[in-house]
Amino acid sequence: MNLVGILSLLVSSTFVYSTPLVFTALGGVYSENSGITNVGLEGIMTMGAFSSVVFNLTFASTFGKLTPWLGLLVGGVVGLLFSLLHAVATINFHADHVISGTVLNLMAPPLGVFLVKAIYDKGQTENITQSFGYFSFPGLADIPVIGPILFKNTSAPAWVAIIVSIILWWVLYKTRFGLRLRACGENPQAADTMGVNVYGMRYAGVLISGFLGGIGGAVFAQAISGNFSISTIVGQGFMALAAMIFGKWNPIGAMLASLFFGFAQSISIIGNQLPFFNHIPSVYMQIAPYVITIVILVLFFGKSVAPAADGQNYIKSK
Amino acid sequence: MLKVTPKTKKILVPLISIFAGFLVGALIMLIWSYNPFEAYSSMFSSALGNMNGIGETIREATPLIFTAIGFAIASSAGFFNIGLPGQAQAGWLTSIWIVLANPNMPKVILLPLAVIAGALAGAAVAGVAGWLRAQFGTNEVITTIMLNYIVLYSCQYLMQQVMSSKLRIDTDTTKTITANGSLKIDWLSSMFGDSRINAGIFLALIGVFIYWYLMKKTTTGFEIRSVGANPYASRYAGMSTKKNIIYSMLLSGGFAGLGGVVQGLGTYQNYFTQTTSLDIGWDGLSVALLGGGTAIGILLAAILFSILKIGGLGMQTIAGIPYEIVSIVIAAIIFFVAIQYVIGLLFKSRKASVEEPEQKTDGTNTANTTSTEGGQR
Repeated sequence: MNLVGILSLLVSSTFVYSTPLVFTALGGVYSENSGITNVGLEGIMTMGAFSSVVFNLTFASTFGKLTPWLGLLVGGVVGLLFSLLHAVATINFHADHVISGTVLNLMAPPLGVFLVKAIYDKGQTENITQSFGYFSFPGLADIPVIGPILFKNTSAPAWVAIIVSIILWWVLYKTRFGLRLRACGENPQAADTMGVNVYGMRYAGVLISGFLGGIGGAVFAQAISGNFSISTIVGQGFMALAAMIFGKWNPIGAMLASLFFGFAQSISIIGNQLPFFNHIPSVYMQIAPYVITIVILVLFFGKSVAPAADGQNYIKSK
Repeated sequence: MLKVTPKTKKILVPLISIFAGFLVGALIMLIWSYNPFEAYSSMFSSALGNMNGIGETIREATPLIFTAIGFAIASSAGFFNIGLPGQAQAGWLTSIWIVLANPNMPKVILLPLAVIAGALAGAAVAGVAGWLRAQFGTNEVITTIMLNYIVLYSCQYLMQQVMSSKLRIDTDTTKTITANGSLKIDWLSSMFGDSRINAGIFLALIGVFIYWYLMKKTTTGFEIRSVGANPYASRYAGMSTKKNIIYSMLLSGGFAGLGGVVQGLGTYQNYFTQTTSLDIGWDGLSVALLGGGTAIGILLAAILFSILKIGGLGMQTIAGIPYEIVSIVIAAIIFFVAIQYVIGLLFKSRKASVEEPEQKTDGTNTANTTSTEGGQR
């Protein structure tokens, strides 16, 4: 295998594995910047994966090639609805954020499998027929060297995810909405005094995370697993959470961290096809994202990286 | 609006949560035209209707008691130990490995050795998170989640690559352990209709007693609770916050490790490759939250969830209703426990309530008696 071949294989599989993480980690960024800790990303992804697969199986013949993209929207909407539980519990009902998030993680897999059994009368779904295949950008793919590595036979959702992360960075740091959202995560009392609707902003944060987490799950189901079962989403949500922390609660940072974790994941899967990497036991690549996250947290001790009021309930005084 | 004392409220809230959880399950079943009455009656009759069912229910409750105690200890110190699955898994693999590696050691030495080693393995995993918290202030929710996956993949690697192939049947399963390292008791199993009930339950009951005694009667327990209730006041009173953080996480992980040990030496008699975080970890967390962290609460909640889980298998065969409804009901119960503020609004406290000391009052956070605030990173 020549160098360009190796690189293009690496880049395309990194893209495939990191896309679900990018979307979900971006969701985490929005939720936590509004002040609501969201460890329920795993559960939200599960619901997104479940609903997109059901949609894809049902409507593949109607929408053809468009099906997986519409599946993303369906996954997003279902994820948003599911995250409503977390929003109501933490914002209105004073629930502990970690417990409420854990409830999402406990609830989603059995709910998904229960519904699959109720609908299809078996424990896992059929494989979908319309999945995200490889995509070549017309024109760009013909550029020498860069073309084959970045734009030929690559993952289209990955490029969407990268663009979305840039837009979301702009929204979070350059718009009035973003400023208000961050204010609610840093100091809800002050934000409230200035007339910001803290509850409303926090709802926005959690629901955005539900939408993006649902999309993340839908991407995973329609690009990687191809069906839905109890073992479709196992840990990707937590890895996205790790990427969000590694990315220091910043959309661009979360995207880059997700790309890195996607790289680590794809190395542990395709590593044996590559020179050099085939000598490293895959366990090191499997645990790398998690070890790195702990190391990052330790290194950042003392510098406040998380939004100051992240994880704290805000109770408006009457 | 009912008028009740805070003490009655403490009992009513979990009871209402349980009822509401069952109701959610019933609604979901009704929507998909399953009969909830048939479901719940077949569930309870298969879990409690015969000796085998009772034995299996007790067997199911055994590891949950341990993992729940593990969660509760960390919780009283103000930590959210979400790493129970990893700690239990470390205990499981360690205890099985030790027994398999020493087939000729007498039972009186081997069994205690394996049990203690399993507890130490769990303690070591949790200790990492405790030490990082004490030394660097690293948020334990994140570290324990990350450690779950580090343990998950490391155990897979250790078993498949490091463990001698003589101890394994194939790459995914170890050999069955010999009788000198097993918690199985023949007369007990045959008494309960040849179920997998084992000596683990006696260890669990001792564990519950130790937990109660430790937290209520010893200085260590008092210090752990004080640090959880108010770290600043505790430090002012001369207690070492760092020491207590590490102690509580070591104890927490030790109990979680024992949960894995009874699963290995008692239930399965071997170790096999795990692809996801262990159920007993998450279920133990649920048990502790429902039980409100008290010894008797943990015992009762563990039995309730085991009835659901064992009865659910019977329900699936008898009534043809998907087993997953059980996990949905459990998750719903915990959801209602989490929003107990709302349930509390149903009642009026009879007197100006003497509440539990608030945990780390920072103005914005409500006191939550079962756990600590979410994520101060």
